[in-house]
Amino acid sequence: MSLKTIKLNDREIVCQEDESILDALLRDNIDIPNNCRRGVCQSCMIRSLDNAPPAASQNGLTDVLQHQNYFLACLCYPEQDMTISLNTPKDFFTESTVIDKKLLNSDILLLTLKCSTPLDYYAGQFVNLKRYDGLQRSYSIANNHLLNPDSVTFHIRKLKDGLFSEWAYQELAVGDTIDISDPQGLCYYLPNQLDQNLMLIGTGSGLAPLLGIISEALHQGHRGDIHLFHGSREIEGLYLIEEMQQLTQQYQNFNYTPCLSSDTLANGFAKGRAHDVAMSTIPSLKDWRIYLCGHPDMVHQAKRQAFLKGAAIQNIYADAFHVGTASAK
Amino acid sequence: MTETTTLYEQIGGEAAVNAAVDIFYRKVLTDHRINRFFDGVNMAQQAAKQKAFLTMAFGGPHNYTGEDMRKGHAHLVKLGLDDSHFDAVIENLGATLVELNVPQALIAQVAAIGESTRNDVLGR
Repeated sequence: MSLKTIKLNDREIVCQEDESILDALLRDNIDIPNNCRRGVCQSCMIRSLDNAPPAASQNGLTDVLQHQNYFLACLCYPEQDMTISLNTPKDFFTESTVIDKKLLNSDILLLTLKCSTPLDYYAGQFVNLKRYDGLQRSYSIANNHLLNPDSVTFHIRKLKDGLFSEWAYQELAVGDTIDISDPQGLCYYLPNQLDQNLMLIGTGSGLAPLLGIISEALHQGHRGDIHLFHGSREIEGLYLIEEMQQLTQQYQNFNYTPCLSSDTLANGFAKGRAHDVAMSTIPSLKDWRIYLCGHPDMVHQAKRQAFLKGAAIQNIYADAFHVGTASAK
Repeated sequence: MTETTTLYEQIGGEAAVNAAVDIFYRKVLTDHRINRFFDGVNMAQQAAKQKAFLTMAFGGPHNYTGEDMRKGHAHLVKLGLDDSHFDAVIENLGATLVELNVPQALIAQVAAIGESTRNDVLGR
């Protein structure tokens, strides 16, 4: 018996012997993007919800994608029955309750939520928060589930005329409920290479996911160097400065450089844009893992700079904050 | 090596492509003659395309068609992509293979495959 059953939502598709999942889905008239059918274009990437896919079907995917059981349907000749999903986690919501709200600086609110069922996430991922009327925004999770299994924290930056952030500042109160999507995104920490050096660059509230990643890395006993560069125009735009400095005292391999891109000169702060400071501080990024979060221009430039400094593309993880559209990240 | 060994196998197959893709892409991005054509692209997607291109140029399995090449570069031709830029890419391809110690005879074969896409890439 070599027929395998592929479950997709409430359908069951039979995958014949020597048939790829892609061919089985297409034969069953399931609309799935595909192009090269040789594992190169990666357009038919889908996810297994139960069994780990065959290793050959994950060839060329980054380690975080492999970790989440993503695979290429065109290369997948299933070895066992599988349940698959073509949906993304943003389609699923859980109810949560606000348990704390406080300011980190004049523009950034620390929001702490407790979920009705614990959220299964990796430090560095983001969720969509959904207001009672359906208005949604993406926010990165700023803590890690190992230290805080029951709560998730977010850094909400107050935007001029920002519908969601204004509401979170003014009206959302402790005890209120808010819907939270399943965690998304691939910019997160994996404890698979404890000796790898890490460079993290964030601007503004882009510090949030980086904090989660750093916290988890330190908690997992990461041994490689960890370099955090946090940038803003002025000192007032930075936050958690003392906490980060304290962390450098506590962990020898943790380094923190706050960066100011304005003309302000201040003791203990590097002058320049965070990614420029970072790139001129570290001579080579060969074999490093890079995390970039914040302004899209910074992310775009830093990706290229990091790559040209020797980082491999699959080791560059980024989360660009796009402001203004309902559910865009 | 036997006569039946393909160019792709002689160069080292997928492992060779993987080794070449970052070196090649770095060369292209730092080449002032052509790097403006790569401004604003998604780097991960671009790297996947470079991999597909190198696989083809190395004589490996691919299903690039002339039509794909035309469509994929049409917007760049409008921005002024011409023979000089194509020459620069082929030059970077050769330099990548030299860096990976691929024998000259094989480099010539790779360059010839790359060369065969010229008219499609330039939309002629």
